[in-house]
Formats: sequence, structure tokens, C-alpha cells
Amino acid sequence: MADDLIVDPDIAPQRVADSGMLGPGPEPQLGKAIASISPWQEAWRRFKRHRLAYWSLWVLGFMVLAVLLGPLFYKVGINEVDFQSRLAGPSLKHPMGTDDLGRDILARVLYGGRISLAVGMAAMLMAISVGVLIGAVAGMARGWVDAVLMWVTDLFLSLPQLPLLLLLIFLFREPLKQAFGLELGIFILIVTVIGGFRWMPVARLVRAQFFSLREKEFVEAARALGASTPRQVVRHILPNSLGPVIVAATIDVAAAIIAESTLSFLGLGFPPDIPTWGRILYDGRDYMDLAVHWAMFPGLAIFLTVLTINFIGDGLRDALDPRRVL
Amino acid sequence: MPLLDIRGLKTHFKTDDGWLHAVDGVDIAIEAGQTVSVVGESGCGKSVTAKTVLKLIDMPPGKIVAGQVLWQGRDLVPLGPQEMQKIRAKEIAIIFQEPMTSLNPVFTIGEQIAESVRLHEGLSKKAALDRAVEMLKLVNIPTPQRRVNDYPHQFSGGMRQRVMIAIALACNPKLVIADEPTTALDVTIQAQILELLQSLKDRFGMAVMLITHAMGVVAEVAQRVVVMYAGKVVEEAPVGELFARPLHPYTQGLIRSIPRLDTAAIHKVRLEAIPGTVPKLIEPAEGCRFAGRCKYVAPACRTATPPLLEVNPGHKVACILHPAAT
Repeated sequence: MADDLIVDPDIAPQRVADSGMLGPGPEPQLGKAIASISPWQEAWRRFKRHRLAYWSLWVLGFMVLAVLLGPLFYKVGINEVDFQSRLAGPSLKHPMGTDDLGRDILARVLYGGRISLAVGMAAMLMAISVGVLIGAVAGMARGWVDAVLMWVTDLFLSLPQLPLLLLLIFLFREPLKQAFGLELGIFILIVTVIGGFRWMPVARLVRAQFFSLREKEFVEAARALGASTPRQVVRHILPNSLGPVIVAATIDVAAAIIAESTLSFLGLGFPPDIPTWGRILYDGRDYMDLAVHWAMFPGLAIFLTVLTINFIGDGLRDALDPRRVL
Repeated sequence: MPLLDIRGLKTHFKTDDGWLHAVDGVDIAIEAGQTVSVVGESGCGKSVTAKTVLKLIDMPPGKIVAGQVLWQGRDLVPLGPQEMQKIRAKEIAIIFQEPMTSLNPVFTIGEQIAESVRLHEGLSKKAALDRAVEMLKLVNIPTPQRRVNDYPHQFSGGMRQRVMIAIALACNPKLVIADEPTTALDVTIQAQILELLQSLKDRFGMAVMLITHAMGVVAEVAQRVVVMYAGKVVEEAPVGELFARPLHPYTQGLIRSIPRLDTAAIHKVRLEAIPGTVPKLIEPAEGCRFAGRCKYVAPACRTATPPLLEVNPGHKVACILHPAAT
């Protein structure tokens, strides 16, 4: 556990030397080492204690890097058709095998990962922005504004989501395709519908946070210093409500990736020539008996991403919980 | 003309059971450079009076029903939020009771002291931080250059209260309202904080409105004392006069309930207490509000509210038992 402590580089060698005899163990760090640890640094220290979350961060980081930089090194086209080696299993030439047209699955998984992760991030950002905005307005305004906003939130929560998603995509697919082009148009549509159905829990969370934080003494103290209402919100209330929102955000990324996979799997996401993890899974499902690898690798990618993100969310929840003073 | 002249102030709160008369006709005048102490039990309306001066009461449920708050001759009651923001901290500053929660946990001490200076004097970030260091030095925080970058959780309660004082004084206000600044601190730190307030007052010449329920604190620092009971002023006098000749039965009770080292140890006298508690202030009936707990209660006490009358020069009391009242 010795490396869990935040060690000042200047005194670290001496400390290691000192502890050599006593064996590893947490020791009180005096002087420079404890000066000015911000709450975020403190949270990072606690996050690192959460082993599963910490290693999940590395795994996810590796996957993100692979998806971003992979195509730069692995130069196989996503639409290179090779009928000679169709439905081939994993080999050195095709590490993840090929599909029914002989296209390389690794290349498609790497490319599809970009879209899946981008959709996850963008949908999360949208859900968080809308949720924070609505929650903050409701929490600050109270009264009838709060009542109306929460009514809208409840309305959204009670809508049957999947049929509505299908309807929205059916209605707006063509106009958006024409306005922004095929790939961007569908991207905007998918992000909007996923994000647009995931902001409600965030709004409720933020509203509850605002209710408790706006009564805190330091907010009153800020008011006593002549801070305007927007300033109280932006500087004093919002930063203090960020912890739970960040946790909700990580979970939302995972949920959005799943939602995109579901849509693609239903054939309602991106068109067949643009691979996403869900789309590859959809294409591979008919060949489950002949070529398991086709569906397995994108499925594994989704599984690992969602799992690691959920672990990270878990670790963040513990790390950002203000009641923990470990 | 007094610096602050509160006249006939009534602050009521709407509750489910009716209007709560928290402050019900209070007159307090504070001259420039003077220390006026407001004493009374918990629930007497001391803090509400202080917060009404700066209009920090939530409205609704609060409402200023009647009265004026004349700040250098100008009534603050009709002012809008923007005009109040200019007065808060710059002209009238307030120090709250709870140093542990009155600082925002996610910003450094320096940023929080700098905030009011930047709001009111438009200093640059650098200059404001320099001012913060200066203020920390003034309130006797050791190594202020380093501590200015620390976070609230790295300070003890006493130090946080010093920081609160530094924040209050950063804009050089003409009046500081200290709302039970020492209640949450232990006795030795209480003395230090009072001493600090006193020395800063001598140095900057600001007026202080000290709200407290500790008569010992009053005797030490105040020039004038206002005794409040159940939302009303019951007695007002210079500090020496009040302790020598308390006229209102409530004031007499408060003074008798101060623990004394000299007599108690020798004569084995039991410490006296005032029986009962402050009455409910929801739609109170006519008559003296102390009648229910008063030793000298007469039938006339319950029929009419006694007016606050000047019985000696500078000494006012609201009690029908006093000869001047009849």
C-alpha cells in the first residue's frame, strides 16, 4: 500500500530508505507532502485505492487509444473485400478473422469503436448538459417553475422509450441525412435521441443537490459578500454538486453505448457500410454457427467498455463521496 | 446621525400555522465606530434582525412587514437585489456562526478572500491574492503566503473563523455584523477571536454589531447592549449601566445566570436559571411576552404590550413594573 500515498519526489528516496527496515506501510507524511492537497487530488488518491476501478481506467484508456491510434498503424481498409478468405477465423493476417465478404473484422472493430465511443461521449455530454440545466433551474427557482420542470421530467421518464426512438429515427432520418450528409446526419440523430432520453435522472439528481446546497452556510456567506445569483450558482453550488453528476456521467456513457448497439442491432442505427460495434454484431448474428468470431469480437468490445466504465463509475462514487474521509 | 438606524423593524415568516413574528418591532441604533451587542436566548430574533439588515432573509417565506433600516440615512428595505449586492461586504459585512461550513470546500482560502475584493473593487486576480495574503497576516494566520493556497479542510475551526473575519474585513466595511462568532468554538479560541475582533476594530475604526447569548462576551467588548426577548427589545443601556442596574426582569435573570467563580465556590450557591423557554411567536397575543416566565408578573402584564421607555439617560426598558412606566 506504500505507493498509494502521495509522495513528494523530494523526500521520497529518504522515506523509502527509512521504511526499508520497518517494511512497507503507510506512514504519516509531514511538512511539504500534505501541503495544499485539493479536494480533487484527494479524490484521485481515494480512486487509486479502488483497485478494480483503477485497472479499469487503464483498460479503458488502452481501448480508447487503440481505437484512436489503431487505424494509423493497422492499415487495412474497412471495406476491402476479399472473397478468397471469407468467414476466416482469427489468424495472423486477420487477428479477429473476416466476415462474409472477407472484410477484416479488426479494422472494422477499430473503426466502429470510434463511432460507438463518440456516440457514447456525445450522448452523455448532451444528457448531462440538459440534465444539469433543468435540474439547476428547478433547484434554484423552486415554486411553479420547479413544479413544471419536474412534471416534464416525469413525463419523459414515463414515455415508452424504444417505440418512441424508433418513431423519431423513422421521422428524422431522411431530413438529417440530407442536411448534414450520411454519417454526420445519423450521428446527430442517434446522439440526440439517446441523450434526449437520458437526462431525467441527472436533472433530478442536480435538483436535489441544489436544494441541499443552496441552504449551506457558505452559499449564504457568498450572498452576504454581494455575490449575484448566477455567481452563487456557478462558483459555489455547481462545483459542489459535481461529484454525483460525474458518477452519473460515466454510467451514462455506458448506457449510451449499449443504446447505440441496440439501435444498430435493430438495423436502425448507422447504415451497413459504416461499422459500429452494434452494427457488426447485427451483421454477424446470422453466422453465429459458422463464424462465432464475427459477433464475438464486437460483443467483447462492448462488454469490456461498458464493464470498465461501470467499474470506474463505482470507484468515482466512492472517491467523490464527501462523507468518506479515508 | 447614527451609522445604522433600525426603526420599528418587523420581519415575519409565513408558516403553515400562521405568521411567525420573528422580529416584531425592533429599534437599534449604532454609531460609527461603536460596538453594540445584541443579547438574548436562542430564538429571540437576533440573527433574523442581523440578516434583515443585509436582506439575507429568503422572501418568501420571510417578509419585512414594517419598519426601516436606515444605513447612513438611506432606507435599505425598498432596495433591489443589485443595489443590496453593492452594500454587502463593501459597507456592511457579516461573520456567521458556523466557521466549519461557511467556507466553500472546493476553493482555496485565498480565492475566497479574493472573491469579495474582486467583486467590489475590481482588482486583478494577482492583486486580489496579494490582498488575501495581507488579510491572512492581519488575522494572525502563520505563514500566510503558503496558507493562502490551502483548502478549508486544512484549517481548524478557530483558524476558519479567522479566515471568515479576514473575508469580512477585506473590503474595509464600515459595519461588521458578527452573528455569534464564537459560539461554535472552544473557550480559549473564543477569547482569541474576540481579542482579534477588538484589535482589528481599534485599527480600522469600524462599528461592530455583536450578536451573542454569552453575557461574559458582552461585558468584555461592547459599549452598548440591546437585550432582545421574543422578537422585541426589552432593554437597552450602556454596558456598565446594564450590569450595575439591570431593570428588566429578563435582563436580571440573564445576568444572574452567568456562572461566577468567586461567589459560587465560597457560598456553594446553585446557579440560577430562568425557568421555561421562549414562547412560540406564531400570531402572539397582546401583553408582555416575558409574562409567562416572570417572577414579578402582574395582571396588567398580560393585557398590554409595554412600550420601550427611556428611564435614565441612554437607558431604555420595556416593563410596566418600572416606576417610569406608570
